[in-house]
Amino acid sequence: MKVSMRVNGVDHEHDVEPRTLLVQHLRENLRLTGTHVGCDTSQCGACTIHVNGEAVKACTMFAIQADGAEITTIEGLATNGELHPMQKAFWENHGLQCGYCTPGMIMASVDMLKNNPNPTEEEIRHGLEGNFCRCTGYHNIVKSVKAAAESMQGGA
Amino acid sequence: MGKYIGESVLRKEDPRLVTGEAKYLEDIQLSGMVHAVVKRSDYAHAKIKNIDTSEAEKVPGVIGVWTGKDFEDVNPMPCAWQAGGVDNNANTPRVLEIDKVTFTGQGVAVVVAEDRNIAEDASSKIVVDYEELPTVVSAEEAIKPGAPQLHENAPNNICMEWECGNQEGTEKALGEADVVVKEQLVNQRLIPSSMEPRGAIADYQPATEEFTVWMTSQAPHVHRLLATAFVFGIPETKMRVIAAHVGGGFGCKIFLYPEYCLVAALARKIERPVKWMETRSENFASTTHGRDHVTQIEVGAKNDGTINSLKVTTVANLGGTLSTIAPGIPTTLYGRLLSGTYKFPNIYCGVKGVYTNTGMVDAYRGAGRPEATYVVERALDLVANKLGMDVLDVRRKNFIQTNQFPYLPADGITKGLTYDSGDYEKPLNKALQMFNYGNFREEQKRARDEGKYLGVGFSTYIEACGVAPSAWIGVGGEGWGAGLWESANIRVHLTGKVVVTTGSSPHGQGTETTMAQIAADELGIPYEDVEVKYNDTLGTPFGYGTYGSRSAAVGGAALFNAVQKVKQKAVRIGAHMLEASPDDVVFEDGKVSVKGSPDQAKTIQEIAGAAALGYSLPEGDEPFLDETAYFDPPNTTWPFGTHICVVEVEKDTGSVMVKKYLAVDDVGNVVNPMIVDGQIHGGIAQGVAQALWESGEYNESGQLVSGSMMDYAIPRTDCLPSFELDRTVTPSPTNPLGVKGVGETGTIASTPAVVNAVMDALSPFGVTHLDMPLTSQKIWNAIQS
Ligand code: FES
Ligand code: FES
Repeated sequence: MKVSMRVNGVDHEHDVEPRTLLVQHLRENLRLTGTHVGCDTSQCGACTIHVNGEAVKACTMFAIQADGAEITTIEGLATNGELHPMQKAFWENHGLQCGYCTPGMIMASVDMLKNNPNPTEEEIRHGLEGNFCRCTGYHNIVKSVKAAAESMQGGA
Repeated sequence: MGKYIGESVLRKEDPRLVTGEAKYLEDIQLSGMVHAVVKRSDYAHAKIKNIDTSEAEKVPGVIGVWTGKDFEDVNPMPCAWQAGGVDNNANTPRVLEIDKVTFTGQGVAVVVAEDRNIAEDASSKIVVDYEELPTVVSAEEAIKPGAPQLHENAPNNICMEWECGNQEGTEKALGEADVVVKEQLVNQRLIPSSMEPRGAIADYQPATEEFTVWMTSQAPHVHRLLATAFVFGIPETKMRVIAAHVGGGFGCKIFLYPEYCLVAALARKIERPVKWMETRSENFASTTHGRDHVTQIEVGAKNDGTINSLKVTTVANLGGTLSTIAPGIPTTLYGRLLSGTYKFPNIYCGVKGVYTNTGMVDAYRGAGRPEATYVVERALDLVANKLGMDVLDVRRKNFIQTNQFPYLPADGITKGLTYDSGDYEKPLNKALQMFNYGNFREEQKRARDEGKYLGVGFSTYIEACGVAPSAWIGVGGEGWGAGLWESANIRVHLTGKVVVTTGSSPHGQGTETTMAQIAADELGIPYEDVEVKYNDTLGTPFGYGTYGSRSAAVGGAALFNAVQKVKQKAVRIGAHMLEASPDDVVFEDGKVSVKGSPDQAKTIQEIAGAAALGYSLPEGDEPFLDETAYFDPPNTTWPFGTHICVVEVEKDTGSVMVKKYLAVDDVGNVVNPMIVDGQIHGGIAQGVAQALWESGEYNESGQLVSGSMMDYAIPRTDCLPSFELDRTVTPSPTNPLGVKGVGETGTIASTPAVVNAVMDALSPFGVTHLDMPLTSQKIWNAIQS
């Protein structure tokens, strides 16, 4: 089946099997491998991307369901070589170790701040409960999101 | 200290990780690559009578289907660490099992197809005819008469029986104690659950008979050695192993797994690159698990709280077959740690390693040391409870005193290794400055009157990191089948830019950054000028890899020594350039200068250029600044510290909330405080998770009940609080950096702190011990009875 979508500002059209998951399509057909797969039960959040501006776990959708959608993956977050404030905050606050959960975590965090630009620690922890990290114990992830919130508000 | 060591330098790794540029194994695509899917056993114990692959072979896009019989020429995986000094009735897995399976999830056939979906479809069409056999999943049941027998060479399912310490003396002392506490402590099975599952890709060049294998690996050189010398029987030089970016390991990626060799065997057969990547479900079933001990303890104490004896007997579940270093974990890395931070005068530990119809158990973060620490730190609380003493008074009473270092634990339990340094009151006192214990006890009393149940738990632990020396741990000693030194090479190129390669194989630890800090400081050059390369057997010196909190303490020390060699040569060449005698110059701040006249100097960059050109060198010196060092420490390092956990137990639901978590660790000198703290955070989370939530559970027939992220309770963001950390610094005398290792500290220390806290909260209900995980149901039941 034909599926077309705009990914990180570029239009793509492909023929896919109906059973192809969106995450598979992005990784295998578009070679955007920054979106990771950590589970087969839609629990881990490693595959989180933005579909039409909302955070979505890309393993919960078929590629054909995203026909006509506007998609942003971790590869599309930086602009003109400048890291997004969330990416910077994760780097500066040691919000990652192995990095496997990180793209999903960053995409989910960006979405969270869009809806709640100044979250409390509790709100951050609640907002990220769909994203697993096995390395950091979440301490520095929470710190990173707080720092990003501050820097984004400062900038706004 | 220099400019970088001791600073929270931002990680070199991160720009490629936060942008999604980093390539993990699953991201690698080779041209002509095909995909393998492993057909796994649905039964925990069964004979394989027949495998019908005909329908699978017919699926369009399938390249081939193979079973264990097709790989009879490939040897079983080796067990590279058998318990020292005793018989180990070793049984290890094959690339695909041929006659029999001993746990669910063992590979019995494999499909290779043009894409993974096709391979999966075809795999579901393979028909395996099994003859089911009776199963046993509990190690205690497995050693009873009449239990189903898993392996012919292991009567009563016993892999090995091992002991340390002095049984007779300990029993005598127990007889002389004023009080004896007996308890059964279960250290449940855990599933490591690195966020990246396992995978492998193999490419084979028939003309040269050479393999290139990408593996999710914590130890590429070890994987190559075991795969070539033991499994394939080919020269070690005929395989290159590469670990791409590795998404966490926590131990489970140390081992040589059947699938890693299977893809290599397949690539050789079909002469196309073959990729295999496990699903999360396969990861739960087929990747190694950790812990799984049932332990009986007897602790003898005097009325004043002095502990005079600790007797420990443990049945350790090793699973259906042995993983690579499985027998070493519940023996050396467990029994030898049972003195903790305490001067117990009599200790005995007896261990039975047992086969059951469950997944393989091997090292998981801490590996043996969390189990030992749990025994010791729970024992202290149980004694305090029995005597009606404060848990801290009992700890202080039994602490090894600062004037006793170097301290040799009693009864030879460490087999000659001494605790080289320590000051156990120091982190405890610092932690108590951060946490007002007196106030807490008052608050606890008040809260109880209001029906709120608060508890505090302590863990004043010790652990062993950078486990060494090679001769102590190796064959003839503790049974580890190789050495445990580490390597590093440093090259200063003509342009003055530096490349460091290391046998360490980081997968989240930030070693690239830490190593660059060490090299930059020692050479007096900018951090940006140092590139650190690793994870590839081609281009790195042989090394044992990253696990056991050894990368800084052993690998970092090797790098430090390699840099010293470069500096010595730079001094000779610099002196030659300055027309001075090497004795008359000094190396400082990246320059060789004439003593007393700092203006007469050559920078390391100038010297590197001269060395690389080789136009004029001191007599006897070769061109280029290129040095390698191999470091074998004289002793393990012995980090220690105090962890304090405060919990609140809700009486009506039994649920536990971690209200506060505070840790003061002494991991020696610290190269990068940000990275060290990060390691402790992650470790604490995993240790708390064992205490409260995680448990790998099998039902009677050997089916994994906790086989997905829905059923296995990995902590989420909202399960944990932020942690309060501080440290004391007692440099380790075992390596030139004075570092001790930190990767496992949090996991080792935290579990008993949490359990002790919950038991403290439950003390008004007369509950003294419950086994982990302390789920609300378990606690609610205990409160009700
Ligand atoms: S891959 Fe785990 S939620 Fe999508
Ligand atoms: S950084 Fe490794 S899983 Fe989050």
